[in-house]
Order: sequence, then C-alpha cells, then structure tokens
Amino acid sequence: MEAHSVSPWVAVAYLIAGVCFILALRGLSSPATSRRGNRYGMLGMGIAVVTTLVTHEIASLPEILVAIAIGGGVGFVMARRIQMTAMPQLVAAFHSLVGLAAVLVAVAAFLNPEAFGILGADGNIMPVSRLEMALGVAIGAITFSGSVIAFAKLNGNMSGSPILLPARHVINLGTLGAILVLTALFAHSGAAGPGENPLFWIIVGLAFAIGFLLIIPIGGADMPVVVSMLNSYSGWAAAAMGFTLHNTAMIVTGALVGSSGAILSYIMCKAMNRSFLSVIAGGFGAEAGAGGGETQEQRPWKRGSAEDAAFLMKEAENVIIIPGYGMAVAQAQHVLREMADQLKKHGVGVKYAIHPVAGRMPGHMNVLLAEANVPYDEVFELEDINGEFAQCDVAFIIGANDVVNPAAKTDKTSPIYGMPVFDVDKAKTIFFIKRSMGGQGYAGVDNDVFYMDQTMMLLADAKKMVEDINKALAE
Amino acid sequence: MDFVSILSIFVLACFVGYYVVWSVTPALHTPLMAVTNAISSVIVVGALVASAASGSPVGKWLGLGAVVLASVNIFGGFAVTERMLAMYKKKDRK
Repeated sequence: MEAHSVSPWVAVAYLIAGVCFILALRGLSSPATSRRGNRYGMLGMGIAVVTTLVTHEIASLPEILVAIAIGGGVGFVMARRIQMTAMPQLVAAFHSLVGLAAVLVAVAAFLNPEAFGILGADGNIMPVSRLEMALGVAIGAITFSGSVIAFAKLNGNMSGSPILLPARHVINLGTLGAILVLTALFAHSGAAGPGENPLFWIIVGLAFAIGFLLIIPIGGADMPVVVSMLNSYSGWAAAAMGFTLHNTAMIVTGALVGSSGAILSYIMCKAMNRSFLSVIAGGFGAEAGAGGGETQEQRPWKRGSAEDAAFLMKEAENVIIIPGYGMAVAQAQHVLREMADQLKKHGVGVKYAIHPVAGRMPGHMNVLLAEANVPYDEVFELEDINGEFAQCDVAFIIGANDVVNPAAKTDKTSPIYGMPVFDVDKAKTIFFIKRSMGGQGYAGVDNDVFYMDQTMMLLADAKKMVEDINKALAE
Repeated sequence: MDFVSILSIFVLACFVGYYVVWSVTPALHTPLMAVTNAISSVIVVGALVASAASGSPVGKWLGLGAVVLASVNIFGGFAVTERMLAMYKKKDRK
C-alpha cells in the first residue's frame, strides 16, 4: 500500500513527465523543431526517474546509481559507435531490452506484490493486477524474443529468407489462444499469493516461444513492418506495467509508443499494398520466387558505363535519384551526395525520391542521406514527386528494384500488384545500378524497366559505380 | 486511482498518440522509432520500485537488472536520436 499513500504532487510530477513525452513526439513534425523535442523527452525521463527515487522506498542509492551507470554507459557507447546503415539492428536490439525489462518488472511484481501496492486485503494479488501483470509479461516476452529474431535477421546472423515450419499457422494461433486462456485463468484462479501460481510461468514460457515463432517466417524486406510492430508492442508492455503501478507517465508513454508503432506498421503495409495479416503470416518472397522461375526468357537490355551516365547527366536539366536498400548495403550515400554536388555545379537540378518501404525500417533512407549531408529539402516522398518523372531527364536508380517496377501498376498476377511505385518509366533516360542481371528484387519478380529502350543498366557495386561516375564527371 | 480513471487516461493518451504520430514527417520516421524506444524505457520506474525488495531478495535483483536494461535504452535511445537529428540540415550552401 506504500505506493498509494504518497502526496498528490507525485502524481502531478508523473503527469508532467507524460506531457514531456507527448511534446517529444510533437517536435518530430519537422526537422527544425525535432531536437527541442528530444530534449523534452530527456527532461520527462529525468522527472520520472527522480520522482521515483525521491518518493519510493528503493534499494540503496549507490546500487541504483551503479546499475544506471552500467546500463547508461553501454547504451551511450553503442549510440555513438553505431553506423547509420545499422540503425534497424540497433532499434531492434533496443526493443528487445524494453521487452526483457518489462518481463523482469512483471516477475518482480509477481514475487513481491507488496512493494507495488497490489496486494489485496485477503493476502492475494488483486485480480485486476493479475490480469495486467500477465498481459504485461506476455507482451514483454513476445517483444523480447521477436526483437532478438528481428535483430539476428537484420544483422545477418540469421538468413533474411523466411523459415517456414509446417502447420505454422495452427501452432501460432494455438499458442496465442493458450496464452489468452491461461491469462484469464490466472486472473480468476484462487491461489494467487506472491509467486504462488504456476500458470504465470507457463504464460511467460509460451510468450517467449510465440515471439520467436511469429518472426522466423517473415522475410528481410518485410522487416520495416516487423520493427514497427515490435515498437508498438514495447509500448503496450510499458502501458500494462503502468496499469499495475498506477503510474500516469508509464501509461501515457505506453499509449504513445503503442500508437506510434501501430501507425508506422499501417503506413508500411499500405506502401506495399499488403494487409498487416499477410505480412505477419509470413513467407512472402519465398513462395513468389519459387513460382516465377519458369517464365524466364532472354530479353535484350542495354549495358551503360560510368562515362555514359556522367555524360548524359551532365547534359540533363534535372535528375531524380531513387535510393534503396542496395545503397545502404554498399554504403554509397556519401559518394552519391558527391555526385549530386558535381551535377549541381553543372547546373543540373537534383532531387531524391524515397519510397516509404525503401530500406529496412521506416525513414531509413532519409537518415542515410542526412548522414551524407544531403539537405532534407531536396528529399521527397513518393506522392510529392511522382508527378515529376514525366518532365524528368534522368531517373537514377541505386539499390532499389521493386519500388520502381511498373508491374505493380499493370500486371494483376504480380505479387506486388497494387503497390504504389515510382513512375520512372516516364523519365527520358533511366540509369539502373544493380550488381548483376541475375538477382531480382525481394518480391522475386522480373522488372520491365530493365528492358526499356531508355534504360541503361550499370552493373557494378553501387559505391564503385558512383565513384567511377564521379571521376568521369570531374574530367 | 481506481481502474476506470487509469483506463480513461490510457484511452485518451492513445488518441493523443494517434494524432501526434500522424503529424510526424515521414523523413523523421527512424528518429521517431529511436525516441519512442527511449521513452518506452520509462518502465525504469517499475524497475526502481521492484528494486526496493521489502520482501523478496530475488525481486530486488530482478529490479536492478531491469534498471540496467532500461538505462541502456534511455541513454542509448536519446543519444542516438540526438545524433540522427543533428544530421538533418536545410539547404544553406549556394
């Protein structure tokens, strides 16, 4: 009961922390206000932590400070050292930590409910709190194991291709159902003293398993949706623990983060014209790749050189650059910006066009271009720039494929049909950087753009090719 | 606080989240994920309470462990967001 008899100012302090978090997200509406937003976030976190330290009975302060110093030091060094291309992995790793922290807190609350003020008069944990802690621990565990798999796939520790278990839908639905039933039983059952009910541990175990099972069948390029979804889960886990603790800051934050992740997942799915369920069901790419194999015929295509590209772009009035995941893999963002600088010196207008699902997480390409010092007002979203391809002299595609495939507009049988794509086929000239003619995009579909009259394929590593173009431009 | 008032705060906060997040510019979606990740570590509040351990030594160590994990996220999340946001610049060269 300790936690509840404190002064109302404590509740106000947590509320202020919650408001700071809202302002942190609000700041991200434009790059100009974003850094102030981030400061609000830090302020809110500071208020929440200090309030808790001052008003709750805690372990000795030195112990807490050591724990914060260890964690904070590791986090800070990671944040400083990480390469921008590795941001998706880092975010996945961070999600897994939130998930695991939620599990630990829920287990601690289960073992020691008195400290959380959730012990009823009869010596049992209150039923509502049991429900909240079971949901919190389950969501936390799913977030943890799911994020570990997402991390391994993004980091290359594990193949990005889908791993399909037989009868996986039955197994997954069964496990999810079991978690829900056990949660209800746990909330209703009689024996619910501190640490008593074994159902709790079964829920934890099943939740770890389902997080793992849900993510293994999902392929690499669907990771933007997965990372967003896990982001959402980490929020819901925090909210559930906020219910247990009756803490406004945690509830507000959980709701913000939960909606944020959910909206990002929605945006990503829409940008691929696929339903959330079809992404979560997994297997995309594997099945399509197997089916599309037999209709391979040799079609004529033109190979261009770095000199061709340099010459034609120098003469152009405007160039639109379309970066994709391949640019991130090749680390070509810096040389690409040098190329744009050189073109600008020749009086060429340069713009960048970014598809919502380019890369491995929402906004991935924008960060990489920002890292390479590309001003953000030269970078455009799909719907803002798509009308300009008809007046564009050169479309320069680097490391993207499916997002420029006209089959999405014309071929009803294509697995990517209906996905919004760039109208590069309307540009006068297309340069398409690709490592070889063999590989196809993630969806495993052939791309008509390769064979168009105005297309020149630049077959090489993206970074190498752009460097060669830069040399040719400098001459 | 009773359950219903907590639930009201939660539901209203979901609506706030919905409108605030839709106003985030797509160019900043990666920093958005990094910062939401940092703030969801407010779960550290629960970890600190757990570390009190008036009854259970296991609970105390779980709490301290959770404090370490959440701190990685808090410092790492805000620092990496700051680093990314510092890179977004407007056109200022001629």
